[in-house]
Amino acid sequence: MKRFGFIIIGIALSLILCGVTTGAERFPPPDFVETQHVIPSPTVPGPRQDIYEYIDALVLLAALGLSSYLVLRKRSRRAIFILMVFSLLYFGFYRKGCVCSIGAIQNIVLSIFDRDYAVPIAIAVFFLLPLVFALFFGRVFCAAVCPLGAIQDLVLLRAISVPNWLESGLRLFAYVYLAAAVLFAATGSAFLICRYDPFVAFFRLNGNLNILIIGACLLFISVFIGRPYCRFICPYGVLLRQLSRLSKWRVTITPDECIQCRLCEDSCPFGAIRRPMTNWPTTEYDKGKKRLAVLILLLPVLMFLCGWAGSGLKTVTSRMHATVRLAERIYLEDTGEVEDTTDASLAFRGTGKEPKELYEEASNIRAGFGLGGWFFGGFVGLVIGLKLIAVSVWRQRTDYEAGRASCLACGRCFKYCPKEHVRLNKLKEARSKS
Amino acid sequence: MMSENKNNISRRHFLRNGFWAGCLAGLGGLAGFLIGKLKKTNTVWQIDPYTCIACGNCATYCVLEESAVKCVHAYSVCGYCKICFGFFGPEPVDINEGAENQLCPTGAITRTFVEEPYYEYTIDESLCNGCGKCVKGCNTFGNGSLSLQVRHDRCLNCNECSIAAACPSGAYKRVPADEPYMIKEAGHA
Repeated sequence: MKRFGFIIIGIALSLILCGVTTGAERFPPPDFVETQHVIPSPTVPGPRQDIYEYIDALVLLAALGLSSYLVLRKRSRRAIFILMVFSLLYFGFYRKGCVCSIGAIQNIVLSIFDRDYAVPIAIAVFFLLPLVFALFFGRVFCAAVCPLGAIQDLVLLRAISVPNWLESGLRLFAYVYLAAAVLFAATGSAFLICRYDPFVAFFRLNGNLNILIIGACLLFISVFIGRPYCRFICPYGVLLRQLSRLSKWRVTITPDECIQCRLCEDSCPFGAIRRPMTNWPTTEYDKGKKRLAVLILLLPVLMFLCGWAGSGLKTVTSRMHATVRLAERIYLEDTGEVEDTTDASLAFRGTGKEPKELYEEASNIRAGFGLGGWFFGGFVGLVIGLKLIAVSVWRQRTDYEAGRASCLACGRCFKYCPKEHVRLNKLKEARSKS
Repeated sequence: MMSENKNNISRRHFLRNGFWAGCLAGLGGLAGFLIGKLKKTNTVWQIDPYTCIACGNCATYCVLEESAVKCVHAYSVCGYCKICFGFFGPEPVDINEGAENQLCPTGAITRTFVEEPYYEYTIDESLCNGCGKCVKGCNTFGNGSLSLQVRHDRCLNCNECSIAAACPSGAYKRVPADEPYMIKEAGHA
């Protein structure tokens, strides 16, 4: 023990001699004159090659193209299902669910707001391609390419229909989620969508327990309610919905003319089939007209109120940003309101930076959240207002149709149509003749 | 009546086509913007060893069961100390390789004699769990040649890294994939 004491004293002395403050190289590295020992260098195993990212992008393009063909031309649920399973295996289990189109929203937003951050090509492709396909062919991405949709679709056994008002109300969450994800990505605070991705833990067969539990609950719900994540939560689904409203081609339940047989009525587990509607009764029409006028006037008011509320929440929302959290913590410590320290506050004090600088940085970020809150709230207000307006608009429809926005192009309804069977029989005959 | 209806439809078609073209142009514009600021290489996660405080979050927050962060030894910075506080516990019973003297909880560091009085410390990565105990010891008492680094043969490169979200010092950041490591070098302050 005595020897050890000497050693400690020796070390302390040498530390002082070498100058403790400089940190690095208190003990000069030896040059091994005697043994000619070669100083090794550490191994640096490289990351996954960029080329694989391009392969992912190509697979995505191929899957989207194939999905469009299967949905619009081939009209085969079985083929769509097989492609869906492939996507689940490739993008989900093989690529571990990262990067996905849903999460790519945040990279795009961050690159717009952060000058130093540039999006890698593969991520840009993952974000843009499904949207472009939605403009031409509808939500073919949701049908058979997205692994998150696929995993829910696989477990869907007994679909319960959700009433329209509830579906529309729950869907509001997806819009709020999108707005929040954009807000936090734009301020560089966090990637919310990735943090709360419910199925990524399944893809990796590993992960945070809370997320695993949320994912398991969602999967359990998916057994009875078709694709709850896609319908009520998915922020990318919001973008796809709106773009597929404008799509050039789209899913048609019948390959021919609708004969109003009502056989397809209950075939959609996602409540996306729209029934025929007659004209509004004249008494209702006048009332509806007035209501519509009021709602349109209400829209800007609603947007302003929500924007004001969103901006007012900046003290709470800005806490998602690490710098703001740290600044608050340092302030509490400096004013003596808390006694202990955290790793973060110790690390900050280690850098020797002035708390004043930190406070200034934090208040800038908070001001950003104030401005972002206006947009966040305004957007939510706009969505609520438009939803109310949509309730008061009566669209005349003569046939059973797949809803342009909510149809996930899964292809389940095709075989319910008697005209489809006629088409298939004709195909079969043509094949047997040749 | 008939013509009015037809007019109506064509107006709606016109609007729809206008919107459609607008959206396509918007996406094209976005693509153009992204290409304009494109970086050729991807980014990966890495730890800045000069900011890292070896808090130990890397060992527990990684989505992998065994963290992708491991201790890396920058030999050129090492003083080859006989008594290394990255290797020995704070109160070693003796100055030898006995397990009771070692700081590393998994025994991942091996100590080999080179020449009097110098010893070389090597890390067995298959045993290292990235807890950073040795890094802390080496930074406090030694040259700081031990540091935590993301090992890219293990890292999944998550879009939102769980460790980065938990990092208290802001040392965890995105770096270009063609320079994926930040290993300490001799002479750096």
